[in-house]
Amino acid sequence: MSARTVRARLAPYAMIFPGWLWLVIFFVVPLVSMLSVSLMTGSDVDGFTQTWHFHTYVEAWNKYHVQIVRSLIYGLIATGICLVLGYPVAYWIAFRVRQKYKSMILFLLLLPFFVSFIIRTQTWNFILSDNGMVLGLYHALGFHGGHVLNTSTAVIGGLAYNFLPFTILPIYVSLERVHPSLLEASADLYANKTKSFLRVVLPLSIPGIFASVLLTFVPVASDYVNAMILGGTRNTMVGTAIETEYVTNFNPPMASALSFILMAVLLVGVFAYARALGTEEAMEMAATA
Amino acid sequence: MSTSQDPPIDLLRGLTQPRVSRRRMLQAGGLTALGAGLAACSIAPARKAGGGSGGDSMWGQQRAIAAFWAEHAKPLGTLNFTNWPLYIDVDPDNPNVRPSLDEFTKKTGIKVNYREDINEVDTFYAKIAPLLKAGQSIGADLIVITNGVYLTKLIANDYLLPLDQSAMPTFYAQASDLVKDPSFDRGNVFTMAWQSGITGIAYNPKLTGREITSWQDMQDPKFKGKVGMFGENEDMPNSALCAIGVNPETSTEADWQKAAEWLKKQRPLVRKYYQQDYIQPLTQGDLAITMAWSGDIFQAMASNPKLNLKFVVPKEGAPIWTDNMCIPRYADHPRDAMIYMDYVYQPEVAATLADYINYITPVPAAQQIFEQEAKDADNDDDREYYQNLATSPLIFPAEEDFARLHHYRVLTEDELITWNNIFEPIYQS
Repeated sequence: MSARTVRARLAPYAMIFPGWLWLVIFFVVPLVSMLSVSLMTGSDVDGFTQTWHFHTYVEAWNKYHVQIVRSLIYGLIATGICLVLGYPVAYWIAFRVRQKYKSMILFLLLLPFFVSFIIRTQTWNFILSDNGMVLGLYHALGFHGGHVLNTSTAVIGGLAYNFLPFTILPIYVSLERVHPSLLEASADLYANKTKSFLRVVLPLSIPGIFASVLLTFVPVASDYVNAMILGGTRNTMVGTAIETEYVTNFNPPMASALSFILMAVLLVGVFAYARALGTEEAMEMAATA
Repeated sequence: MSTSQDPPIDLLRGLTQPRVSRRRMLQAGGLTALGAGLAACSIAPARKAGGGSGGDSMWGQQRAIAAFWAEHAKPLGTLNFTNWPLYIDVDPDNPNVRPSLDEFTKKTGIKVNYREDINEVDTFYAKIAPLLKAGQSIGADLIVITNGVYLTKLIANDYLLPLDQSAMPTFYAQASDLVKDPSFDRGNVFTMAWQSGITGIAYNPKLTGREITSWQDMQDPKFKGKVGMFGENEDMPNSALCAIGVNPETSTEADWQKAAEWLKKQRPLVRKYYQQDYIQPLTQGDLAITMAWSGDIFQAMASNPKLNLKFVVPKEGAPIWTDNMCIPRYADHPRDAMIYMDYVYQPEVAATLADYINYITPVPAAQQIFEQEAKDADNDDDREYYQNLATSPLIFPAEEDFARLHHYRVLTEDELITWNNIFEPIYQS
């Protein structure tokens, strides 16, 4: 084999090397170190030593399973809301908006992201407060009692609001790829609009939906800012629990164990979901969406 | 003295005058840095420096400390001072001008870089501990830490520099009994008080419809959904211990359980367990009654004269805490910090600070300064204003007040775990 062919064969590997390096340094190394930390015992003053103490996982689950389950439930509800709200928007942009306005509409969709995440969430604090824009009117109309801010409604609403664009964009991309001629063909075959949508458009947008759900559900379930700012009692999510264990209780093993439990639960959920939606194919198509 | 510590009407009227606009707006809280990185690799024990080559004996340590300060006898002309937000005097027209610091620079030639970096003591500790553990300077020469778990940890881990006892004459001459030789730092080896404050109840009389006098008022079902509590492991548990009639300082595990029961009973009424962000909901009417820090309420009202809030020290008693100036180990300008710490104990300086901050000053002689100012005032408004400062129970609490105020429970490392296990599930739910 000549040096030239060797080089030619190695070239692709050399080119993906930086990508791999990046993954190893910023993903694999922290992950392994976190795994190792989660199996340590000790205290802030005496230091922590590797003891392979798996019991930390059991303790973490016992102490925080309520928060973990709550995070998943909030995640599912918020993702559901995002899908219901987001799909029609994506559909509208893909099929109804004229080509020249599309980029402007997409820009508008992303516009709120130019404002800090915290500030955007904090703003809901003003809007939803007892005398704010929404409830102020409700109270002015003579209704009394009850509040929205600092309840699970506010937290889920905040989550859905903050992550909606992550739902819309992938669905939009997959709908954009549906060629209008397919709809014509469907009409030629005597399908009405509903049928065309259900038999042609919807199946073709499944990879987009899959990607949307992944991009929305995973960050939503591990979010803690919304629960912190908009939540009240009994709205704490697992992110806050991890922060408390790490920062307040100086218990990195417990915090790491919790992170791993969350990751495991999310991974299992995602794979189950991929299976249900019909496989790796969806995963692959989602990756290209 | 009554339990209700309403600011006198005159004081509030004074606050509406432009001269007092020196008190700056209390910004909406809650915008604190929320990130907490998970960046642990190997977790070594904290360094037990013990003060250099002096060895383990007390005399050896004393010698090492003396040697350290002899080595750092001269100020270097810079002081990096890290403090909490809204905790120092500012010019009414320019919030970036801090008259007392400028005066200090004029007198000593030491330039002060003032930063308001401490929002929560736990996150701040998490930020500086890895640096101190690695033996690095944290970039600040002077920090302000509340007595409690974190100060105890800083001392236990040997993260603080022992002070130069020969360089604090003003402190020993002027400091109040409250802050001299405190239980959390016997002999003021590591700390000098910045200000002290009371954790009590703030309420909106329009929403409560009655005067509040007791912690039990926070369990009134009438206030359901309008009750605010702190979501942390110092003020909330210690207040709950006061609420059940126990002195937190001498409380036992059985008392903690009882206090937790009290808190659990109250939980259905609670709107949220707040961090630093309770002022905004209180001012916008989401809360009728909430745990609060004395000075915050006065600053909030000063920034908005239309607000009508009241602060009370509940009749069962309340926690009193002290924020302490201390020098982190490996500080670049320790002598400059030492000079400043002693400087703020001059009554004039203490008065300037108290005038703005409205917390309990560590210098009782500041009272005479205010009285003198009142005497010298050339108009009635000024006179009233200074008289009110001189008689404010929140800056100069009376003897009988102190009887009802208790320090936090000092917790050992093991006790802290039990304590957290009892109280954390209440606010972290």
